[in-house]
Amino acid sequence: MQLSTKHLLGIKNITETDIHLIFETADKFKEVLNRPIKKVPSLRDVTVANLFFENSTRTRISFELAEKRLSADVVNFSASSSSVKKGETLLDTVQNILSMKVDMVVMRHPAPGAPLFLSRHIDASIINAGDGTHEHPTQALLDAFSMREQLGDLQGKNIAIFGDIQHSRVALSNIFCLKKLGANVKVCGPPTLIPKHIDKLGVGVEYDVKKTLEWCDVANVLRIQLERQDIKYFPSLREYSLYFGINKQILSGIDKDIIVMHPGPINRGVEITSDVADSKHSIILQQVENGVAIRMAILYLLAELRKV
Amino acid sequence: MKDRIILEGSRLQLTLDRLCHQIIENHGDFKDTCLIGVQVRGVKFANRLHQNLLQILDLSEINYGKLDVTFYRDDFRRRDSPLVASRTEMDFLVEGKRVLLIDDVLYTGRTIRAALDALQHYGRPKNVELVSWVDRRFNRHLPIQADYVGVTVDALEEAYVKVEWKEEYDQDRVLLYPKQ
Repeated sequence: MQLSTKHLLGIKNITETDIHLIFETADKFKEVLNRPIKKVPSLRDVTVANLFFENSTRTRISFELAEKRLSADVVNFSASSSSVKKGETLLDTVQNILSMKVDMVVMRHPAPGAPLFLSRHIDASIINAGDGTHEHPTQALLDAFSMREQLGDLQGKNIAIFGDIQHSRVALSNIFCLKKLGANVKVCGPPTLIPKHIDKLGVGVEYDVKKTLEWCDVANVLRIQLERQDIKYFPSLREYSLYFGINKQILSGIDKDIIVMHPGPINRGVEITSDVADSKHSIILQQVENGVAIRMAILYLLAELRKV
Repeated sequence: MKDRIILEGSRLQLTLDRLCHQIIENHGDFKDTCLIGVQVRGVKFANRLHQNLLQILDLSEINYGKLDVTFYRDDFRRRDSPLVASRTEMDFLVEGKRVLLIDDVLYTGRTIRAALDALQHYGRPKNVELVSWVDRRFNRHLPIQADYVGVTVDALEEAYVKVEWKEEYDQDRVLLYPKQ
């Protein structure tokens, strides 16, 4: 078994079989992460460059840990402290880094499609760690992996995605991933933050939080991305929180247990309140833990395709 | 060359019993000993050895783990077919223990090299011994030898040794095949 693609640019480009292969490999790496020594030598002859043209905490640390636990050599780059500030183009920056013999590139970039552009010009394997409002495939995989851990097979399960769907790459990747795994998906948020024609992707659209919560097995709550919002999409954060925030009161009004997830960073008190984020329903920290195993699996499976 | 049966039936059981008694001779009551089968095929032999040892010793438990060595192999990215990892099941540390590493066919020795590497991650064992159901002694790539051997096979590189267990096939057998 091997992946059908040389790069991980988005969930849209991979198959259901790929997703299952990634999950099964991640299961093995999760066992590795629970050992006293959490390191295997598989990627000892592989060099990975982490190129972050946009801020990140979790994803970046998670990738770096995954790479180091596979024994890869790692170089880190962040746009804010580099020659990008002097006007160097993306292609030039990357080609310069690759001429130092780098095998794989993990890239986060504010422009949608930046990883696809790179994959057409360079030889290294590329992993998209988030490109603008387009896709964030590793987040979707670790989300689905965490759901699978709680619910088993996702076929026929009801998953709701709440919040800023319009600006969220996590939402799009989640939708592709969950649909490929056979889950039913609904998005819920203010109409201004739900893209037109999103129902064409096979997802339901709902504007009532309580109704959606009653329907779903898992609530994946997304962050309100104020930094990407060029105009006012809702009157105030307080009003958003009042109508679309997930709080303990609304959850306790529903007579079933729902799993609550959030990809982070959390705006506490806006899309989710602390009493929910820190409750037993929340698997937010398990998501972060699974992130390392999922990224190890992706790095391992992509490296496999680069024969020596 | 035709297929040849090297071991089967009562002789196979005799070999298994002899192997168990040799191990018991050195390990006594198995208080500080643990058995570790190498995934995937080594585990099938290890299961049998484990059961046989429990029966002979009339014990209810011997430390027994299953170790997957996929991530430690030296042919990652160098072979045509991708490596598929199996589950590691080790609910104990090997620190200070006497380890019996168990595999079905000792051939190039590279799997055992990887297994020794993997084993390090569960602590520092007191010592490690190797139990091999079949020893193809003239095909080694590394200086690794077994301490307990079921059957020794002197075969050319072109031949293939197949180990069958009745849990999976109809009967217990060791066969020699010409490589396709």
